[in-house]
Amino acid sequence: MALAAACIGPYPLGPGEALRLVFERVAGTLPADDPAATVLFNVRLPRIGAALMAGGALAAAGATYQGLFRNPLVSPDILGVSAGASCGAVLGIFLSLSVVAIQGLAFAGGILTVALVYLVASGVRGREPVLVLVLAGVVMGALAGAVVSLLKILADPYDQLPAITFWLLGSLSGIKTVDVVSSLPAVVIGLVPLVLLRWRMNVLSLGDDEARSLGVDAARLRLVFVAAATLMTAAVVAISGVVGWVGLVMPHVARMLVGPNYDRMLPVAILLGGGYLLAVDTLARTLAATEVPIGILTAFVGAPFFLWLLARGRKGWA
Amino acid sequence: MRRSSVKSFLSAQAFQLAGAALAASAFFSSPATADEIVDSAGRVVTVPSHVERVFAAGPPASVLIYVLAPDRLTGWPRALRPEERDYVAAPYRDLPELGRLTGRGDTVNLEVMLSAKPDLIVDFGSVRDTYVSLADRVQAQTNIPYLLVDGRFDATPQALRLVGGALGVGDRAEALAAYVEDTFRELDTTLAAVPESERPRVYLARGPDGLETGLKGSINTEIIERAGGINVAVDPARQGITRVSLEQVLAWNPDTIVTWDPIFYEAVWSDPSWASVEAVRRGRVYLSPTAPFGWIDRPPSLNRVMGLKWLSRVFFPDRFPDDLADQTRAFYKRVYHVDLDEDALNRLLAWSRGRKP
Repeated sequence: MALAAACIGPYPLGPGEALRLVFERVAGTLPADDPAATVLFNVRLPRIGAALMAGGALAAAGATYQGLFRNPLVSPDILGVSAGASCGAVLGIFLSLSVVAIQGLAFAGGILTVALVYLVASGVRGREPVLVLVLAGVVMGALAGAVVSLLKILADPYDQLPAITFWLLGSLSGIKTVDVVSSLPAVVIGLVPLVLLRWRMNVLSLGDDEARSLGVDAARLRLVFVAAATLMTAAVVAISGVVGWVGLVMPHVARMLVGPNYDRMLPVAILLGGGYLLAVDTLARTLAATEVPIGILTAFVGAPFFLWLLARGRKGWA
Repeated sequence: MRRSSVKSFLSAQAFQLAGAALAASAFFSSPATADEIVDSAGRVVTVPSHVERVFAAGPPASVLIYVLAPDRLTGWPRALRPEERDYVAAPYRDLPELGRLTGRGDTVNLEVMLSAKPDLIVDFGSVRDTYVSLADRVQAQTNIPYLLVDGRFDATPQALRLVGGALGVGDRAEALAAYVEDTFRELDTTLAAVPESERPRVYLARGPDGLETGLKGSINTEIIERAGGINVAVDPARQGITRVSLEQVLAWNPDTIVTWDPIFYEAVWSDPSWASVEAVRRGRVYLSPTAPFGWIDRPPSLNRVMGLKWLSRVFFPDRFPDDLADQTRAFYKRVYHVDLDEDALNRLLAWSRGRKP
């Protein structure tokens, strides 16, 4: 699939040509400014890597949150990570910063928002902790959204406003190798505890009391999961913009295929998420000469699919 | 269109005497001396004979009013930034920030507008139905006449004459309109001799990563064609600003890139992904000056006439041998009411010349 994606796009570059470029690259005989090589190595391969990474990370984060909150309607931005990242990125565009700085602010904004949500939630005692966490997330997300709106009003309508709009719709069109390399560590650091501890997710999704009776510290485990999912989501949203629906829908598809046991469901969700976003991104760059933002495509595909899932009843969700 | 002796007397009182001027205009502007003016959308607007205070609905209109009659401008949609102040004449550079009239007639904005006590509202840009209905609504709600002026580049001379007539500065409007027509004519005469094969293939790079552009036919890029270039970003199905991938830029392989984003301009020379684009290889990436208004857009107003002079010289240096510095100084003097010193002029021109590869 990745191989096919590497050969599809507005710049004509067939499989044979791509193979030749790879051989020449390995052999070290590639001319420095061959445009075909630039397309393959500097544009398409980073995009493919970013799509696989972002799709997998969003699906993993979505699956984690759905288990954590025992609610199938939850997506990775439930605690405000996307809203916070948007806020940071929009601020960066508003201040006319460089792309790297915009990405850095987006990452920091996402992490900061969820950290605040977590602080607020852990300060509130005597209530259902998961409920407080979700409510705090909704509030902080709305607040971050308001800041985004404020910055849009203040932004230059001929220059910054289009840039902000495009960022908020999500796109992999500007992805470079350095973006993938710099966000990969955060994704891996987030992914490892999720995969290693995935069987405990089954315990946590039973509820706090049941978890405690099985000898699991629910509060601490929840912190680990929230931190890991937030780190991953913030890292990919920082480079790709806001991409919805992958984290919401892909865990459901995984559940349909292999059942609700996280032992098998989480890896399948990660693979599906990566493959799905890669397919959508390939579509985004081939539909027209101009890019269709992937945030729009994932919604067009994801929303009807989700409705269909709802219509099928509760089968597949335990 | 009308007698202007009283008005030019009043305008000579300048900005500080706005209070006295207002009293005078209130005295003179009885319905008997109002004129009916047909705006670009075909609306018949009753404009008082003595328009002393004009509210610009957005940045394009603010440039138009500033160019025609700066003493009538009530304020800027956005206060001038420090680096823009040298390029706008005193005291107009200190006019207050009033915001822009957004599409929903929202209360705060209307109140700010009313507090500026304008005799006339001018919007310069699209004359499509949305803007017609907005103009009608605001006019009905505030009782302030609202002129809608066509902002297409080629309609610039008509826009100058229309608003100049409404403001009673017909002489200046006529002189400027003729100046713009001369610019267009000189350009068209020269371009008529340029074969298609010699025209540059141009990509307009917007946004910090340069991957936003304006499709052929949109208001943001019409200056490229007007100056004799070929916009590589063509989508038969649509116009407007869009996002493209670097791969698409490589497929188009433009030989000239124009941008106004200094971050992109700095980054493009050292970015290996852009290195194989012909424009970068040949050092033909040009940064548009943006003070006080952008030369090619931002906002799409009279400022584009300066952009046209610049771009045509960038595209065809051999066919337009006269010096860009002289052109710039003359334009700023004639249109923006400022004398540029060497330092201010050099700051404007520094990056607009491109860079040797």
